[in-house]
Amino acid sequence: MLERDVRRDFPILNIKVNGKPLVYLDSAASSQKPNDVLQSYCRFCESRYANVHRGIHTLGEAATGDYEAARRTVAEFINAPELEGVIFTRGTTESINLVARSFGHKFIKHGQSIVLTPMEHHANLVPWQLVAKAVGAELRFIPLKEDGTLDISEARKLIDHTTALVSVTHVSNVLGTINPVGELVQLAHKVGAKILVDGAQSVPHMPVSLRELNPDFYAFSGHKMLGPTGIGVLYGRPEILADMDPFLTGGEMIREVYLDHATWNELPYKFEAGTPAIAEAIGLAEAVRYLTSIGMERIAQLDHLLTSQALNKLSREPDTKVYGPRTQHGAVVSFNVKGIHPHDLAGLLDREGIAIRAGHHCCQPLMRWLDVQATARASFYLYNVPEDVDALIEGLKVARKVLA
Amino acid sequence: MSDIYSEILLDHYRLPRNKGKLFQETISVEGKNPLCGDEIVLHLKLDGERVSEVAFEGSGCAISMASASMLTEDLKGRTLSEVESRIDQFRHFIREGAEPEGESLNDMISLSGVAKLPVRVKCATLAWTTMEEALRQVAKK
Ligand SMILES: Cc1ncc(COP(=O)(O)O)c(C=O)c1O
Repeated sequence: MLERDVRRDFPILNIKVNGKPLVYLDSAASSQKPNDVLQSYCRFCESRYANVHRGIHTLGEAATGDYEAARRTVAEFINAPELEGVIFTRGTTESINLVARSFGHKFIKHGQSIVLTPMEHHANLVPWQLVAKAVGAELRFIPLKEDGTLDISEARKLIDHTTALVSVTHVSNVLGTINPVGELVQLAHKVGAKILVDGAQSVPHMPVSLRELNPDFYAFSGHKMLGPTGIGVLYGRPEILADMDPFLTGGEMIREVYLDHATWNELPYKFEAGTPAIAEAIGLAEAVRYLTSIGMERIAQLDHLLTSQALNKLSREPDTKVYGPRTQHGAVVSFNVKGIHPHDLAGLLDREGIAIRAGHHCCQPLMRWLDVQATARASFYLYNVPEDVDALIEGLKVARKVLA
Repeated sequence: MSDIYSEILLDHYRLPRNKGKLFQETISVEGKNPLCGDEIVLHLKLDGERVSEVAFEGSGCAISMASASMLTEDLKGRTLSEVESRIDQFRHFIREGAEPEGESLNDMISLSGVAKLPVRVKCATLAWTTMEEALRQVAKK
């Protein structure tokens, strides 16, 4: 357990749901927010708020300073090689769409291939379907082995001289699989392809160093890492970003505008059109400080402990099937109880105050691979405790009794 | 929150009424909630303007299956236009969570809690929208 009782930092953990203390096991969908984050947001709006990069007045300068400081905080957190490669977006989805639009449509050519995996979130699949269709590229999928890990020997064959881009999730939001991203980066770069990594489930849960991983693009969301909604990050290698066309156009991203043409602002502003999510960026930086104060190594250990307990206990439950690898597992556990639709499981657990996710988790192709309609999923974060795993197991027993 | 997993609902889930195929059905219509994976097939036998028999097959959550079971009990023997107004009545009920004026909704009352669970509304209404599709297809014939 953590040395410090972090649960006290999260006001929402004191509420009761259906008369029971809240057991929140849905952080992979979105995490709860600590006081520090909530307060930083308020404090900023109460005393330093104005639009950024515009007003020549005290508040405008203060807000701009805070917003740019937030960018530096985030860049340091992921050990980004260059500050100008760190773009604030609305989240992972927007980050990936930005790359699909501005890189994909321009640089992926007819007959080239885009290599993905069957475990991608729809956010890292559908944008590439559109690119492939528009430019006439081929989508390839690195097959999964039985345990839900990538078949790397197949990846070596699939990533070839035709490959323009590899786009993979760092950690699966369903199976919990932690993909060998470093190896995939090397495979991509060896054939001259670029690689995007979807870090939505990794950055919140483990130390991530972009200098070490060396990807061309890396995307993640603030709301899954104790930060506000509506803010996320795209890291892009500046020399690639420089050649890409803008994504959205309008204010902020512009340098000179004439009636019939315009030139673009420098990086990263070229990709931050319009008024950004200012207070949210400041909230995200506070979330980063909070996570750093605990330590990402510690958080990864705690996640691992809870996830292992859940995997072990769930696999001992009757009629319960647990998906994904048994080791190298991120902070999510997907499972099904025979004869009970995951929605009913979630509905019945909710009666006990336990929040889990049930459904396809925005991974319909992966559901087909698992040959299920949907799964139940419990996910963990630093405010969870072993008692939460026990509550889940007790809740399952109740659910089985009710529906049997 | 009122408990949606009431005894009435669970009873329909555990012991669904009219589950299976029909002998010489007039029409079979499939309905799906791709987002949750609920699937049903409604089988109807018509006797002129009257639904003389109705059965369902399918798989899904307790709410979708219990609702289908309730539908078969409720609609059997009604004329097509009665079925249509019953569908409207049920829809309104699920949206508002309050029992409408007129004929009682009987066991379907147990689904009232769904009104407060927007995510589950589709589960509760699946059988009913499938029935609506069946009416459309019958009208075209
Ligand atoms: C692996 C993965 N990718 C992408 C996303 C999309 O993130 P967002 O909805 O914050 O844009 C999620 C969130 O569910 C995810 O788990």
